Amino acid sequence: MQVPARFEYEVAGTVGEAVELLERYGEGAYLLAGGHSLIPMMKLRLAVPEVVIDISGLDDELRYIEEDDGALRIGALARHRELLESPVVRERYTLLADAEAMIADPLVRNMGTVGGAVANADPAEDLPAAFVALDSEVVARGPDGERTVHIDDLHVGPYQTSLEHGEVLTEVRVPRAPQASAYSKVKRRVGDYASAAVGVALNMSGGEIEDIRIGMCGVGSRTLRARGAEEALRGQSPGPEAYGRAGDVAAEECDPIEDAKGTVPYKRDLVRVLVGRTVATAVERAAGQGVER
Amino acid sequence: MKIAVNVNGEKHEADVEARLLLVHFVREILGLTGTHWGCDTSNCGACTVFLDGEPVKSCTVFAVRANSHEVTTIEGIWSGTELTPVQEGFHVEHGLQCGFCTPGVIMTATAFLERNPDPTEEEIREAISGNLCRCTGYENIVKAVQWAAKNGRTQEVGA
Repeated sequence: MQVPARFEYEVAGTVGEAVELLERYGEGAYLLAGGHSLIPMMKLRLAVPEVVIDISGLDDELRYIEEDDGALRIGALARHRELLESPVVRERYTLLADAEAMIADPLVRNMGTVGGAVANADPAEDLPAAFVALDSEVVARGPDGERTVHIDDLHVGPYQTSLEHGEVLTEVRVPRAPQASAYSKVKRRVGDYASAAVGVALNMSGGEIEDIRIGMCGVGSRTLRARGAEEALRGQSPGPEAYGRAGDVAAEECDPIEDAKGTVPYKRDLVRVLVGRTVATAVERAAGQGVER
Repeated sequence: MKIAVNVNGEKHEADVEARLLLVHFVREILGLTGTHWGCDTSNCGACTVFLDGEPVKSCTVFAVRANSHEVTTIEGIWSGTELTPVQEGFHVEHGLQCGFCTPGVIMTATAFLERNPDPTEEEIREAISGNLCRCTGYENIVKAVQWAAKNGRTQEVGA
């Protein structure tokens, strides 16, 4: 029987109150949202909070998915299922729906939150890689007010973010919808984290890839951006040759470790194949806009 | 911590440790042992209950989180005299062998059919993918859910 260590339990009634409680209790205080990463870690005593601050009741403040002025705003307490089923997400931010369909299982997606998935900074978590491809930023509220952090600067190591203690991640923001996007993942079974996964968002111009961003997870000590592969594709005509070159570069720039999910050469090969395949899907979607999904 | 949880339409008050998991609250404190406790790692889904109407894995929810909320367990979904269409489907189609996963699958399938009353086989398989069965190979579980989808509405009208 897995039993978490004892802790003190506080319920925050507002985001402001959560910030105050984090300050009052200091480094031993953890935020609880959907709990589907924190509670398993507490059961294994990988996380031993002295105080758990429950923010799961802050639906009024933090549970929304909205698009205005061409920007997508996702409240931290939006559930995985809500992202998966959101019509605007499926149509304009398709890689998020691709990713969500492969995250955990439907029951976990009922509880797990978008904010939790991003703030937890698990190097194999899918949403951060998708948000890297989407050039996203996160909004954090702390004792000194609100600030935004670009997703490229958020994760600094396994389970480590650049947020300060006392800051609450309140929103993920995608400033512009890409022309097309796609997400691919290889996992061993339902519910598993990625052996390797790749998210792609791009804009086409005159038959060439004008702009592209590629996020990867499961193949490094944090969420990665495949900058070299992006460079190899920018300004290129899409096709097997360009995809192959980009895949080769991405396979070099990822940094996987050997574990139960596979060896290092296997994971590099997954990245090589997934980059090519996912870029191809995004390019196809860009060509067939309004037809697919 | 003192909590008051509405379980199967009835208010239950208890003084619990914050670290008590919802699955142990319903099984040990309320004696509702229809909810099974399986893997303890949010994989198997045997502990599935409704929290405010949504199926969730109760081994990964603290009981204090359910304070002032509504929980429905397998004991709460039937009338007390007649099986629900999903339960009936499991009976007719022999959707279980050892029965350990069954309460969880029935909870998941019940919520799923409310949302999607006329699902494809693929949608059913996706919907129950968070509930592990080690006996049946899922074939008869899928048939049971299909049976409930086919017979559910007419039965409810008659009930």
